Amino acid sequence: MLNKELKLASEETLYNRSKVEQIPIRNGFGEGLVIAGDADPNVIVLCADLSESTRSSVYQKKYPNRYIEVGVAEQNMAALASGFAAVGKVPFISSYAMFSPGRNWEQIRTTICYNNQNVKVAAAHAGISVGPDGATHQAIEDIGIMRGIANMIVLVPADSREARRATVAAAKIKGPVYIRYAREKTPVVTTDDTPFEVGKAYCYREGKDVVLVAAGPLVYEALLAAEELAKEKISACVINAPTIKPLDEATIIKAAKECGAVVSCEEHQIINGLGSAVAEALGRNYPTPQEFIGVQNRFGESGEPDELMDKFGLRAKDIAVAAKKAISRKEKK
Amino acid sequence: MAYLDPEKVKSLTHQANEVRQSIIEMLLAAGSGHSAGPLGMADIFTAFYFHILNKDVNNPDWEERDRLLLSNGHICPVQYAVMAHAGYFPVEELKTLRKLGTRLQGHPHRGTLPGIENTSGPLGSGLSQAAGMAYGLNMDGKKNWTYCLMSDAEMDIGNIWEAVMWAGKYKLGRLIGVIDRNNIQIWHVLEIDGHNFEAIVNAVEEAKAITNKPSIIIAHTIPGKGVDFMEYDFKWHGIPPNAEQAKKALEELRTLGGKITSEHQ
Repeated sequence: MLNKELKLASEETLYNRSKVEQIPIRNGFGEGLVIAGDADPNVIVLCADLSESTRSSVYQKKYPNRYIEVGVAEQNMAALASGFAAVGKVPFISSYAMFSPGRNWEQIRTTICYNNQNVKVAAAHAGISVGPDGATHQAIEDIGIMRGIANMIVLVPADSREARRATVAAAKIKGPVYIRYAREKTPVVTTDDTPFEVGKAYCYREGKDVVLVAAGPLVYEALLAAEELAKEKISACVINAPTIKPLDEATIIKAAKECGAVVSCEEHQIINGLGSAVAEALGRNYPTPQEFIGVQNRFGESGEPDELMDKFGLRAKDIAVAAKKAISRKEKK
Repeated sequence: MAYLDPEKVKSLTHQANEVRQSIIEMLLAAGSGHSAGPLGMADIFTAFYFHILNKDVNNPDWEERDRLLLSNGHICPVQYAVMAHAGYFPVEELKTLRKLGTRLQGHPHRGTLPGIENTSGPLGSGLSQAAGMAYGLNMDGKKNWTYCLMSDAEMDIGNIWEAVMWAGKYKLGRLIGVIDRNNIQIWHVLEIDGHNFEAIVNAVEEAKAITNKPSIIIAHTIPGKGVDFMEYDFKWHGIPPNAEQAKKALEELRTLGGKITSEHQ
């Protein structure tokens, strides 16, 4: 049973892939930008020649004078944004995750984070679900390279609605924020009434045997896994952790104490991402057996998004297997 | 037009000398750091901080100030020294350069020392930051000038060229860059009047004599040279003359600009 207080999507259609509402997460970015721009005239958007596919085009249409085309020059874009922020603007820089923050990491570190400048790095096409473009365009290291920089906040929204909220929230924070969006149509698990606050993780489903901590498109897979596990009388708690940094450690530690086993679920390398952040928090506070669902220290490849999610073991059934393994380790302890 | 009277030149010269002395003293105290670049740029920095910049040393965040960004952060001793002499902070503090707890970090950090406009060290991103500031200020209708000081070595860096093209595309009329051409680089560089045959040939001969590194000759030319109505006019970059314009051009060339009579006349 889903936590009613969080007003999530209807369970009648949620667990059926063919019936659940699906929207690309990046659409929420475009919508959120416009809301942020309506609220603050200093919000500007810089884009590296990808306005359509990142959805920053939505902002461009409404606020052409506050949209600035940079061309394919991501290093310039990051350092420009630092300059814009220094004179009072609130720049969002927009490209694919592979190029920003992939190519301009040093400029983001030196000219944005070290100065604590008010710049938002918005990255579309993150994860392997980018699909046929192949490994060169599938960013699966971006969470790691962003969360390792001091001052940077890291957000990974689960669906398009949460992406909209995360975008609006990022604009209100004074300081650097990284937001990661997936390209593909993704099941929508939240509604317009679901709460979202930077720094908070939400327990979407109560459970007592294992905690499934997820972010991004894998929140949906974790919910499906919990439903599958329930049929086998395994009670799984599902936590959506859209803020990877600062992680809501209290919520995760509390659930780990209640369940005694954890599975982290993300569309990212298992090194340096959400799973690592969870392990760091538990290691310091309440060491707990943990399994890691994610890309297992390899590169992506070409294929349809659904095929890749299957091949890379990022599905509900993979999470269910990992859950049982984590539970078995708990029992041996 | 003379912008400086002799007295002002004298006082700037004196000031730059004081700055150079401070640079030597602070580097000695630090026991590490760069010497040549800071000394080489002492006059430029003195000119900016003691004459060119619109600023308020008692209010470094004053909104109407001009922005001066240093892109090649490793020469920061000169900036620190000039700022101290200009009154941003006590000259005595210069001796804390590179020491634990100092505001004078080994490479400058925006936020640690008031008056520093940008963080630099990793080369090549200063011009982008300056361009972002210049564009942002222009969006708000502000008239401040933004200056960016760069090294010639930075011209090797892709980020610089991204910024060069971007700032040009958006016609950032209140952005001014200064490049420290100190010839310390690994190329042998010659600059010539590209319309002076002696200069052209001499430069190539000089370049041939340098065999331990590559040479480059920067030729200053006049676009459209020889045809009066094409000279310095950007519109002739990518279009040909029409028949009438060609006739006019040929007439000018054949008569050497009207100095002689053409056999075609």
